[in-house]
Amino acid sequence: MPIRGFDRRSASTACALLQVQNLVKHFPIKKGILRPIQTGSIKAVDGISFKIDSRETLGLVGESGCGKSTTGRLLLGLEEVTSGEVYYEGTDVSSLSKPEVRELKKDMQLVFQDPYASLNPRMTVESIIMEPLEIHRLGTRRERKQRVIELLMKVGLDPKCASRYPNEFSGGQRQRIGIARAIVLNPKFIVCDEPVSALDVSVQAGIINLLQDLQEEFGLSYLFISHDLSVVKHISNRVAVMYLGKIVEMANKRDLYSNPLHPYTRALLSAIPVPDAKGKEKRFVLEGDVPSPINPPSGCRFHPRCAHSTDVCRLENPPRLDINGHEVWCHLYA
Amino acid sequence: MGECIRKMNTLLEVRNLTTHIIAEEGLLTPVDNVSFTIHQSETLALVGESGCGKSMTALSIMRLVPSPPARIAGGQVLLEGEDLLKKTEAQMVDIRGANIAMIFQEPMTSLNPLFTVGNQIIETISKHKGISGVQARNHAIEMLRMVRIPSAEIRVNDYPYQLSGGMRQRVMIAMALSCSPKLLIADEPTTALDVTVQAQILDLLKNLQEQVGMAVLLVTHDLGVVAEVADRVAVMYAGQIVEQAITAELLSRPYHPYTKGLLSSVPRLDEDRKRLQGIKGTVPSLQSLRMLTGCQFHPRCQYADEQCETEVPEMRELKSEHFVRCWKPLVAVGE
Repeated sequence: MPIRGFDRRSASTACALLQVQNLVKHFPIKKGILRPIQTGSIKAVDGISFKIDSRETLGLVGESGCGKSTTGRLLLGLEEVTSGEVYYEGTDVSSLSKPEVRELKKDMQLVFQDPYASLNPRMTVESIIMEPLEIHRLGTRRERKQRVIELLMKVGLDPKCASRYPNEFSGGQRQRIGIARAIVLNPKFIVCDEPVSALDVSVQAGIINLLQDLQEEFGLSYLFISHDLSVVKHISNRVAVMYLGKIVEMANKRDLYSNPLHPYTRALLSAIPVPDAKGKEKRFVLEGDVPSPINPPSGCRFHPRCAHSTDVCRLENPPRLDINGHEVWCHLYA
Repeated sequence: MGECIRKMNTLLEVRNLTTHIIAEEGLLTPVDNVSFTIHQSETLALVGESGCGKSMTALSIMRLVPSPPARIAGGQVLLEGEDLLKKTEAQMVDIRGANIAMIFQEPMTSLNPLFTVGNQIIETISKHKGISGVQARNHAIEMLRMVRIPSAEIRVNDYPYQLSGGMRQRVMIAMALSCSPKLLIADEPTTALDVTVQAQILDLLKNLQEQVGMAVLLVTHDLGVVAEVADRVAVMYAGQIVEQAITAELLSRPYHPYTKGLLSSVPRLDEDRKRLQGIKGTVPSLQSLRMLTGCQFHPRCQYADEQCETEVPEMRELKSEHFVRCWKPLVAVGE
């Protein structure tokens, strides 16, 4: 059922769908009420670069506070970039005019973590899913309704639920509603910010399968943000590991999980408990907590917790090393 | 640890524990005829999804269910042979903290933000051990050292907000262990924490358990955590225990379709899965359970037949120490 303006998929280019160069986001910390003065800044994202190809899933993993969600929000233009560039299909997003940005936003959507907090409880499922169409003035009223029914079926819900309210649905069903809303404009790129973390495991599987089916069918690209390395391994093509606002390692899934290079990645992988009856290997457990992003450690940010750290780690930023497409930021391999 | 279980003495025996909630819709049963035992120095994991009654079971053992609307309706909770359900509230106050201690999922909400962590540990110590002043304070510092909080003698003066999530959970553990309880109930102790911190806390719990020889009832939804720390596992669904076995046995040969479903729902690091299995439908609400006949799991079970829809299955011991509540257990041919 084509509605004009829905299908803009034909303009494909050879370059990456999305490319990010030296992306930085510092949140100012201000003191004082009447005349606030900036006393410091939270370095949430501190110079990261990556690209996402069409139909690709890039997994972004890291512990809480490492800047994963901020990265997602920066890509979508929900936060203002402090410095650095975001290229979408080869064009610098910051050079676009307002109407062009509006057009671009149709292509990029977000699926939230908490399906209980992200749906307006006073809106029916139909109006929730339809809202983006109304905002972008797409289709007639009848076409929009038709589109909602189509999408409800696509995400595995009964079209009869259209007139019901979010509180009548379980967490998994709400997440399906959130996904239907995210794909209603036929986007090319979706940021999935911890989409299954709030769900029970038996329900989690259904949502992951749905995301994969939709990717296949509509040729979507995902930035899949999660703290769960098992889920990321399942769904991603490539994986980037973040620590304190920096990417420390990025590689395709197979390389990263079978041959993790960065000590932090190794520690993360070793920390995950596996539901397995076989004897467990002795895990190596990281000491201490993640330092504050207000005053991150000098040199390599991981050095205070790293078993291999030397003087050079304390003093110098680790270089980017490319070992057959497996990127790592660590002095160990320099 | 698992091999020597049977030689040990029973510490806690829960028999047919049932808890009701009086709601507008009528009587709901979040804990339905639950029975299990925990031996000394053993870790039993209580596993299930949200709303299956695992936390209510833990709270019922402590007699901490919010009453009303909830009410412990029947059964026995025998701690070293003495029925906790027959104790007076004053007696329970002495038992909680001293004999059974509990730690919770969210360490921020279970610590009082207005008092230093030292004060909160000292409160427990002086209540149950009858020591106070410098002595109690030193004991508190010692406890903080035991849970490996760096510079404990300074940290003892910190307020909860000054500590990270992992540190707060350590403080909770220090507080819980300060009176050397025989049983520690840990309700999702690592769910709110990052994986690297979770690994630290699980390691700590394991070491402390060996040091002081207490038993642990671990409430969790994470089968990975279970594999790491538990000796035995009880799987809960809709207020009932549906399967119980030694950890390795349960993970490698689950009998109940629900346990099997839980295991195949999660993507795993150690193997590639093309597609996740999941379990159809969602966890039933307590309200909807009232209408259900037969096995509680049958609407979501792929093996369910007429018997499952009408008759309630009883807990059966299909193999030594492996119990299951199912008409169609997934027993291999020849077993």
